[in-house]
Amino acid sequence: MLDVPADRPALREVHEALTGRFPDSVRAGSFEKGELAETIRAEDLLPVLRFLRSEQGFNCLDDLIVLDNVRLPEAPAKRFSVLYQLYRFPGDVRVRLVVDVGEDEPLDSVVPIYRSAHWAEREAFDMFGLRFRGHPDLRRVYLPDDFDGYPLRKDFPLEGKGDGL
Amino acid sequence: MAFKDIELNMGPQHPSTHGVLRLKLTVDNEVVLKVEPVIGYLHRGMEKLWENLTYTQIVPLTDRLDYLAALSNNLAFALTVEKLAGIEVPKRGQYIRIVLAELQRLASHLAWAGFMANDIGAMSILLYSFEAREDILDVFEEYIGARLTVHGIRIGGVPRDLDEALVSRIRGVLAGIPRRLKDIRALLDENRIWKQRTVGIGLISAAEALDFGLTGPALRASGVNWDLRKSIPYSSYDEMDFDVPLGRKGDVYDRYLVRMAEIEQSIRIVNQALDKLPPGEFMAKVPRVLKIPPGQVFQTIEAPKGVLGFTIKSNGTDKPERVKMKSPSFINLQSLEHMCRGNLFSDVVGILGSMDIVLGEIDK
Amino acid sequence: MSDPQPKHPFILTRADHFITWAQKNSLWPFGSGLACCAIEMIATAAARFDIARFGMELFRASPRQADLFIVAGTVTNKMAPIIRRLWEQMPDPKWAVAMGNCAVCGGPFPTYAVLQGVDKIIPVDVYIAGCPPTPQGLLHGLMTLQAKIARSHPTKEILNPDARRTR
Repeated sequence: MLDVPADRPALREVHEALTGRFPDSVRAGSFEKGELAETIRAEDLLPVLRFLRSEQGFNCLDDLIVLDNVRLPEAPAKRFSVLYQLYRFPGDVRVRLVVDVGEDEPLDSVVPIYRSAHWAEREAFDMFGLRFRGHPDLRRVYLPDDFDGYPLRKDFPLEGKGDGL
Repeated sequence: MAFKDIELNMGPQHPSTHGVLRLKLTVDNEVVLKVEPVIGYLHRGMEKLWENLTYTQIVPLTDRLDYLAALSNNLAFALTVEKLAGIEVPKRGQYIRIVLAELQRLASHLAWAGFMANDIGAMSILLYSFEAREDILDVFEEYIGARLTVHGIRIGGVPRDLDEALVSRIRGVLAGIPRRLKDIRALLDENRIWKQRTVGIGLISAAEALDFGLTGPALRASGVNWDLRKSIPYSSYDEMDFDVPLGRKGDVYDRYLVRMAEIEQSIRIVNQALDKLPPGEFMAKVPRVLKIPPGQVFQTIEAPKGVLGFTIKSNGTDKPERVKMKSPSFINLQSLEHMCRGNLFSDVVGILGSMDIVLGEIDK
Repeated sequence: MSDPQPKHPFILTRADHFITWAQKNSLWPFGSGLACCAIEMIATAAARFDIARFGMELFRASPRQADLFIVAGTVTNKMAPIIRRLWEQMPDPKWAVAMGNCAVCGGPFPTYAVLQGVDKIIPVDVYIAGCPPTPQGLLHGLMTLQAKIARSHPTKEILNPDARRTR
């Protein structure tokens, strides 16, 4: 069990509520540099987010971040980590959910719960090639539709492949 | 012959899209049914580039994100790196950062006022507000040598001290801005044409705004009292005394009023920071080659366009593993369709202007 | 560059002077404001730096009404075909100025998405370096362009269509 310091009662309460409601889902938790992060199973993403939104009051999705772990020394089993940075307003409480997903595994789209994830998930698809089940309009957001490759993957070269034009 | 469901293309080359933004409008006669923004015409691959640069090398590139408020981007990135590396910025450095960031907010809002008024047709406001903005850019040029892509906030503090001459110059500039602001407001606030083009246009309620993830002055214009400088203060903002202007209806006129009021509040904050400027160091001891042990943080600030944030994951080297930017304009632009639906398509320009987006920030 | 013609008739030389004087003092810019440089371009057009004293205050929104293409900002690979099409829509005589490091050579972005210099798709007359160039720098570049226009011989192209520069 993660020990959240007593001077952060709101985070402590969130951690206990989450691990209490989803004991099998929460794989790991960390409290570093004042930030609480919980790693959960990919299949429980939607129920956990629904719980956090409706019962814990996290009404804002601040950011959706994707990490490509392929070059890390510990070489995890699943290539990508998707991070959901949640925020409770008013109250100013932040929590981060981490979901590990493999290269060709689709993830559930969180657009039904957080509308602001619409373009964020398109960006994740554009840059990393992650697919989201149930996304209303999953296509590239920055690059042209016929672009070949997913630029932010670690094996994609910075200068691109061949002539850009 | 019915003019239903006509698709109009606006941009990417367009004088009023504030950059290379393409809007695919579907209209029924003149009423907007659907707006689909197409972005990516300024996608420069910044996040990929940052993985190949050291932390210190990234700071000047962050200027090019929201190029109307370069110092805000510097501040957000520097604060994130400092949180990750555990660097403590000295008090004087924090106060000078407040001065610079609020001056930058003034410059950004003045430029916004000029652009929005120009789009709606009040072209002389552009000249008035840019003249006021030039005074502020002169201060930046004297401070660090650059007008637009300032790079005036670095990791660990600020690169130069504010000496007496610069402080009195800043006070002089601030004393001159209210007069110009009065000119602009006298021309616009109670102007019948301005009000006809802005009141009741582009409405978004508080609940909808929060649902869309809207942040910044556009959210406060809908009545939501959320300013990160008050709720999660950074860089000694909790020691400053200022008000957060709020709107009521969430239309274009309210967004205009909120930003005008924020200009006045920024002047107040800078004067306070200059009055209370503590003595001491302005830059922390940062190693020349900054290597950060593995970790990850998320840090946000209240930038002029909204909540700007960075997530940085470090891997023990002097280059980051991943830098992700939370861009306020990227998220704010998603609510454009909601605001435009039901309005005339000639109002799209005014609504887009009132949202204050910057393509450099959207496209990264 | 024009080659000197010692037997060029006096009247045509005078006509050249007049035409180039008219052209260089009334350039209508097509401001393709793409990124940060666009803001400095607008600041140059504003009250303090006043591009109107050079006759260039009439920034046209449509390329068909402009004769000076100021490429201000980063040209990405997605935007490149559009820049080319805009250039082709401009009627002759036309000139192009690459403003800022990104338009000159890709600037600080050697990435998969950025065109490394707008001269890969359109012929550039004057390159203005800077990130962004100050308004004074832009005006210096425009004055360099004016000097270049003054050295050209438009009557040669009018009278001898085969000698027209292929753009």
